[in-house]
Amino acid sequence: MYEAIVFLPLLGAVIAGAIALIGARNRHPGEDPPPPHDDHAAPLAPEHIHGAPAPEAVHAEIDHPGLEKDETAEPTAGSQAAELITTTLLAISWVLSCFAFVEVGLQGHDAHVTLFNFITSGDLKVDWALRIDPLTVVMLVVVTTVSGLVHLYSIGYMADDPHKPRFFSYLSFFTFAMLMLVTSDNLAQLFFGWEGVGLASYLLIGFWFHKPEANAAAIKAFIVNRVGDFGFALGIFAVFLLTGSIAFDTVFAQAPSLVGKSFHYLSFNVDALTLICLLLFMGAMGKSAQFLLHTWLPDAMEGPTPVSALIHAATMVTAGVFMVARLSPLFELAPVAKEFVVFIGATTAIFAATVALVQNDIKRIVAYSTCSQLGYMFVAMGSGAYSIGMFHLFTHAFFKALLFLGSGSVILAMHHEQDVRKMGGLWRKIPLTYATMVIGTLALTGFPLTAGFFSKDAIIEADDVVAGTMASYGFIMTVGAAALTSFYSWRLIFKTFHGEPHDHHHYEGAHESAKTMLVPLVILAIGSIAAGWPALHLFTGSGAEEFFRNSLMFAPTNTVLEDMEHLPLTITLAPTAMMIGGFLVAWQFYIRRPDIPAALARDQGVLYRFLLNAWYFDRIYDFIFVRPAMWLGRLFWKGGDGFVIDGFGPDGVSARVLDVTRNVVRLQTGYLYHYAFAMLIGVAAAVTWFMFAGIGVH
Amino acid sequence: MTIGLGHYLSVAAILFTLGIFGIFLNRKNVIVILMSIELILLAVNINLVAFSAFLGDIVGQVYALIVLTVAAAEAAIGLAILVAYFRNRGSIAVDDVSLMKG
Repeated sequence: MYEAIVFLPLLGAVIAGAIALIGARNRHPGEDPPPPHDDHAAPLAPEHIHGAPAPEAVHAEIDHPGLEKDETAEPTAGSQAAELITTTLLAISWVLSCFAFVEVGLQGHDAHVTLFNFITSGDLKVDWALRIDPLTVVMLVVVTTVSGLVHLYSIGYMADDPHKPRFFSYLSFFTFAMLMLVTSDNLAQLFFGWEGVGLASYLLIGFWFHKPEANAAAIKAFIVNRVGDFGFALGIFAVFLLTGSIAFDTVFAQAPSLVGKSFHYLSFNVDALTLICLLLFMGAMGKSAQFLLHTWLPDAMEGPTPVSALIHAATMVTAGVFMVARLSPLFELAPVAKEFVVFIGATTAIFAATVALVQNDIKRIVAYSTCSQLGYMFVAMGSGAYSIGMFHLFTHAFFKALLFLGSGSVILAMHHEQDVRKMGGLWRKIPLTYATMVIGTLALTGFPLTAGFFSKDAIIEADDVVAGTMASYGFIMTVGAAALTSFYSWRLIFKTFHGEPHDHHHYEGAHESAKTMLVPLVILAIGSIAAGWPALHLFTGSGAEEFFRNSLMFAPTNTVLEDMEHLPLTITLAPTAMMIGGFLVAWQFYIRRPDIPAALARDQGVLYRFLLNAWYFDRIYDFIFVRPAMWLGRLFWKGGDGFVIDGFGPDGVSARVLDVTRNVVRLQTGYLYHYAFAMLIGVAAAVTWFMFAGIGVH
Repeated sequence: MTIGLGHYLSVAAILFTLGIFGIFLNRKNVIVILMSIELILLAVNINLVAFSAFLGDIVGQVYALIVLTVAAAEAAIGLAILVAYFRNRGSIAVDDVSLMKG
């Protein structure tokens, strides 16, 4: 059963991929796939510079960038088969995951399935094995639920796209990689899944490969993740160095003996466990888009919207959170690393929330919101409340997928318009999308009794009971971020659905989406309301330790979960008060006095631009990393390869030979008298030689 | 003044030199080159005949006749080539005949 959960999506991916390949082969028989139409590069073409507008450039302006413009391409034969196969397999996987949840999570039968040997090299032994424990089954349910609904939603959303089989293949492959990640039994397998989702996200973000921005975003996501993975890989090496194994059971069993050990490196003594945890957390920062490595997440919105929902709301970005939870036996022993986790999480929460305040792209607002909520989860992890972080991950998956899919529905209704300033008044046109989006927003902002209310309040409470300056910092930041969350979420709703329509052309054409898109919205909306209360006792209080058993470790001194039950009422009410405050300010700004925001942006121009440009992180990184890297690359290309190797290496030698022959060739003028003259000179020389050398005369 | 061997040889040498210079100072016409070659051959003939008379050996004059024959054949072939060349390319100016240029 557990093998089926993990490998059915892979089967779907392979089948859909085969359909996509056969389709591509049939479209272009006997040749390689055609090079992408480079419509957007056309302005650089020489004829454009000379004034005459290139026909391609005009063409590009007419087309919606989001729409497939490979008009020659018919939808691949078998699109429907690919959709049905992948979605059905995912649905089966989901049903089995639910059984697994009951079996493992509620009845307490942990499972361990060894598939086969992966690596045996010296002391290093790595198996492919599925580790099914309560932590895993929670992730299994989250991943398969959201992924299944995204598959279903994509059938409607991608209806016009000729590359559907490829899309579904990528989606299923992504799901497989994520399932492999959450079921991993050792760090190498975790790393395999980790890189698998990285690859899948690259493919999916760059799915519309004719858009240069999408390609750039895909590469950016890949490279920023590499930075984190570098730390993650180093962390794995360090674990192997100290424990001689990378299997979770062995490592966790040895972890207590590592306390107090230190690495000696270049006259520095570093606490071993702290170092390991920090390195591993660096990987989590990259994958979960935490502060400093967050820059890829907003750009990743270039991918199709279902992808944003799948990758950037519910699954891929939660890999980092999951990893910290999985490695809780290590983190629990490294208090310094935990404080760092709180610091990064809290900073991300407030940072992303402030940036989300002023964004105008509907998907970017939701993306920064994701970033911010991931910060919350890490605050919980760093505070030692692992189960509560997982709780927020669980509920967040529902309402954030809902918000993304709802945004997708809005974008489709507005004919691929993503700017909230051009929307407005849409609730009359797309009431069902509106209703589900409002539910998602209520859950996100923590309206009482919705899913987000329980989990988010739990995080803030957990942070309050932990002593220490870092925890206080986390508490203040998360409470502040709660107010900002409420403000930007309601701003999104008000600007999109209320007020006067700003673009009548699009407004008139707006229509409710297809049924395959609405069904996932409704299901997720139900989940956003109902997922909180029933799961509350599993993730918080004394129920958490019963539910998670050995999969999460709580040190004897870690009493966060017990202490939370004795909090003063003022603390528990703080996030709700913040939520109401944020809502009232948003209402004042965007419904009652719509002139205030513009005036405020004018008065506080510097601050507004600072936030609009996301604290100028992209510019800073561009200056510090990208440009020196480009400079270095150019140096090696032009100087190293072009000048040295091509100048003096093989190319240089061949060039010199050519120079010589070119000069020799010039001797052959083709004029008869030149040859005759040469002959004469030769004869004269020979005769002279014979005369003086006296050949034959002795 | 008696006309001795030296005079004959001098005439032959002058003719030979004229022929040589005629080949590679000539910038006009390929026919001139053919004529220069004839001059060179004639210079050789004079040498042969002069030495034959001087040494009293008839073989030299036989050679001279052979050379004349060869020269006639050569001139015929050369002119035939020239005619064919002119028909093909419309010019027999020396500067245009440079198809062997590298």
